Amino acid sequence: MTALRRFARANLEHIEGVFDRAFGPAWNPLYQLGALGWFFYWVVAVSGIYLFIFFDTGITDAYESVEYITNVQWYAAGVMRSLHRYASDAMVIVMMVHLIREFAMGRYRGPRSFAWITGVPILWFIYASGITGYWLVWDKLAQYVAIATTEWLDTLPIFGEAIARNFLHETTLSSRFFSLMVFIHIAVPLILLFIMWIHIQRHSSPKVNPPRGLAVGTLIMLMVLSFAYPATSQGPADLNVVAAVVDLDWFYLPAYPFLDMIPGITLWAVFGIGTVVLLLVPWLPPTRRQAVATVDLDNCNGCGRCVDDCPFSAVSMQPRTDDKPFAQEAVVDANLCTSCGICAGACPTATPFRRASALTPGIDLPNSSIRDLRDRTLSAADQLSGDARVIVYGCRAGVNLDALQGPSIATLCAPCTATVPPSFLDFVISRHHVDGVFLTGCREGDCFNRQGIRWVQQRIAGQRDPYLRTRVPRERIAKLWAGVAGPQQLADELDAFRNRLRGLGAFRKAAPKQNDHHG
Amino acid sequence: MTKSWQILLQCLAYVAFAVVVGYFSSAPAYVHLDPNKALIKLSLSHAGQLKGECRRLTQEELEKLAPNMRRPLDCPRERLPLLVELILDGNLLYRELLPPTGLASDGASVAYARFAVEPGSYQLIARLRDSNREQGFDYEHGAHIELRPQQNFVVDFRAEPEGFIFK
Repeated sequence: MTALRRFARANLEHIEGVFDRAFGPAWNPLYQLGALGWFFYWVVAVSGIYLFIFFDTGITDAYESVEYITNVQWYAAGVMRSLHRYASDAMVIVMMVHLIREFAMGRYRGPRSFAWITGVPILWFIYASGITGYWLVWDKLAQYVAIATTEWLDTLPIFGEAIARNFLHETTLSSRFFSLMVFIHIAVPLILLFIMWIHIQRHSSPKVNPPRGLAVGTLIMLMVLSFAYPATSQGPADLNVVAAVVDLDWFYLPAYPFLDMIPGITLWAVFGIGTVVLLLVPWLPPTRRQAVATVDLDNCNGCGRCVDDCPFSAVSMQPRTDDKPFAQEAVVDANLCTSCGICAGACPTATPFRRASALTPGIDLPNSSIRDLRDRTLSAADQLSGDARVIVYGCRAGVNLDALQGPSIATLCAPCTATVPPSFLDFVISRHHVDGVFLTGCREGDCFNRQGIRWVQQRIAGQRDPYLRTRVPRERIAKLWAGVAGPQQLADELDAFRNRLRGLGAFRKAAPKQNDHHG
Repeated sequence: MTKSWQILLQCLAYVAFAVVVGYFSSAPAYVHLDPNKALIKLSLSHAGQLKGECRRLTQEELEKLAPNMRRPLDCPRERLPLLVELILDGNLLYRELLPPTGLASDGASVAYARFAVEPGSYQLIARLRDSNREQGFDYEHGAHIELRPQQNFVVDFRAEPEGFIFK
């Protein structure tokens, strides 16, 4: 499973690299798949509401009203029909790629299995929404879909009377069936919306809107497609004539041809097993969960920075339980914590300059503590020699840094690059432990921990607390968000950075303190 | 990369996405049935006769029952399976023994089958047995039919009043 995931991730990153060049990391659609899914949902919802104004239920009324929509009011309702179809299809594409990417990135284990598991019913509800929509048009395709679907449902041993008998011939068909289908076609997407809302509940500041430029571009694309290639019907349904050849929507109906090859109950079994396997993926194979962040109340003043920075809403502020003169204290919900350590990176007490007391931040990861990070930083820096000495901070979701190590280059892997407090950059440079710091991690715009890269950039830019102090020369800090597929680019950028450092000369604003290794 | 190249690449990406969405939303066509063939569809839902005879309870037996449960007849719930046959121009097209549905085997037996055949003239006979008779059928209907390409010819069944329905 891990090998499959790594293979998928490495290949996806090459494709993402192409999109990075075209759109830039901020607009890269592959980093906005969830938000694009929401965007397409709203396009489908708005266009669907407009279409509902003109749609009639009934054996002949349904088709005639859709023909009016398509041909008479082509400039408005017709375009809405096309938008309705194409945005629905686009939603399937982004949903599937989103699923593959989240699997490839490994963002489905532990507390993040919640989003994975709640995503599985979304698959079913999106397909149910689309299939019932095709039914309503009551053209040849609708006839095929209605009969094939009901025949497929009838293979389940739960219906007393065969539903497919409703579509034997015109006399067995009832207009009330269309009313039922309209109800289902409205109810199912509403339930879908509810599940989508649950799906993002464990994310702080979830991305439900794509960047404006990407949204505008996508909407223009859908509009142009709708005018250039409008969605049309395939002739009125006639139960006396078999819908022998149909133009399938392969995004929603790819399973239907299998119904002509294998028994319907077998196909149910395939989907049932597939669903169960998808639900079990977070535990395949089982792994030991990492220790979650813990709060040290002696060092927590209830500032709330960890709450602001936690990407998974795992930290909250609650009334103080000790006798310290602060109103609140940070509390970690172990069920939500992904052990990314971003909270420790945000804690103002996580500063390596501390000497008066042991380096124990207000919030920290037991197995990857800030104190350990300082010890490893100092130990690695001590080994460096030559000019342009650089320490590289990376993350465990990014590229393996071992290959970069050299006499003048030390590498350190943190749970997330944002686990490294900005004061560490100040510390190693101003205390002359190194000549420069190089930061790397996941691809820009797609941090494994959602917000890590963003927080690092903002801290260095002085836009987010804890800030990197202005005294730290920014030219001695370099960043490359390389992901796992860019080790060569990372090596090249690191070489270039070291060349720049050589030009800058040594930074000697402050000498290293004798007791940096203690405390 | 210059801004104009970026815009050009973005446009290409949008066009590629639009082409994929536009094309696969309605193509390629799927051939569900050879357009040069016709379809005979058998669909029926009918309950076979009760498997056992109803028995009239004795006065003594009735008195042992709660007052609201005192029905004079004790009828077994289980029904007989249906035997259904379709014969096309003397050739057996379909023959199935259809068990009753329901956990207590007291529901209707259901048949649903499709047969793609060449268009043309045929003699079609449908037969159904819903009793415990050993030979013969309780319902039988035969007709000369003309099938056109892609025609959906339905063999339905309603016990009352007409039996088999050919449409």
